[in-house]
Amino acid sequence: MNDPLNKYILHLADNALILAQRNGEWCGHGPILEQDIAITNISLDLLGQARNFYQYAASLQGNDATEDSLAYLRIENEYRNGLLVEQPNIDWAQTILRQYFFSAYQYLLYEKLQASDDAQLAAIAAKALKEVSYHLRWSREWVIRLGDGTAESNRRMMQAVDALWRYTGELFIPADYENQVGVDVSLIKDAWTEQVNVVMAEAGIQLPEKTFMQTGGKQGIHTEHLGYILAELQYVQRAYPNSSW
Amino acid sequence: MAFQINKNFYGDIPDDGSGANLPQTATENKNEWPLWEIFIRSKQGLDHKHVGSLHAADAAMAIENARDVYTRRMEGVSIWAVESKYVHASNPDDAESFYEPSEDKIYRHPTFYQLPDEVNHM
Repeated sequence: MNDPLNKYILHLADNALILAQRNGEWCGHGPILEQDIAITNISLDLLGQARNFYQYAASLQGNDATEDSLAYLRIENEYRNGLLVEQPNIDWAQTILRQYFFSAYQYLLYEKLQASDDAQLAAIAAKALKEVSYHLRWSREWVIRLGDGTAESNRRMMQAVDALWRYTGELFIPADYENQVGVDVSLIKDAWTEQVNVVMAEAGIQLPEKTFMQTGGKQGIHTEHLGYILAELQYVQRAYPNSSW
Repeated sequence: MAFQINKNFYGDIPDDGSGANLPQTATENKNEWPLWEIFIRSKQGLDHKHVGSLHAADAAMAIENARDVYTRRMEGVSIWAVESKYVHASNPDDAESFYEPSEDKIYRHPTFYQLPDEVNHM
């Protein structure tokens, strides 16, 4: 299925699924119990959003498509998530900053998407927006805490900025399918940049002035990390097809 | 930081059973966030109930942590957080003098009145 709407829904779903998978890697390894629960809660929220989108895409595709076949049985270049969400956790700073950049984007995106002509997309966005506003609040607090914390936490935050900033540009460059359906992401760039600048100033973090922005994820051209994520994510379905809990 | 905590047998009871006014310098580890007691109101109109404790760096984080730890299954609509060191507890050794004297004073229970049928919810 190659129609723009289908591609767009999968793009939204893949963003949520891959970030859920990354955050889920923290399960049992969080810096303290309370934050372990917080990051895995966020992971589950995102997984729930991904399911809603995959179910919708599957219902439009018909045939034998299910949420599981879409999540587990596509290959790497069929995933349309942005490069940002597939970047590795590395440490708490990078995990937090990735979440913050993404949640700030997702909040603005869903805010517009809930006014979509597509009733199903609008409903999913409206429901998810409440979750995302908490993710945004939580990750923003942490960015400020770490940036404005100790010399060590500030250093780690700066490292995270160096690692992740180059993947933020892609979020606001419409892919071919985004030119035909959904929210015009180029219109939310200014609001995002403004918010991020305020938070970074409060956190005492200098953003890079000129960075070459990587692109491709939304078209299926990914960094080397996605293959490893999918290997882990898809292993059980590939090894034991159609198994269920 | 060396501050005195007036804490009688609340939370971590010292092995020697001493409790009150112990300088807490030994347990004030710089790498550990303070402990907070969390109270949740399960719905409007009810009172906040103690649900447990957690660690957090400050009050804002305590409330966010409480949201994640204690309300993820729709347990509540409001959260209070109180740093545990501000909770003062009675001493178990005082139990005899505190509580036993009331055992033989059943007349303090309002059970000797005939209530009219019209009075509900007493």
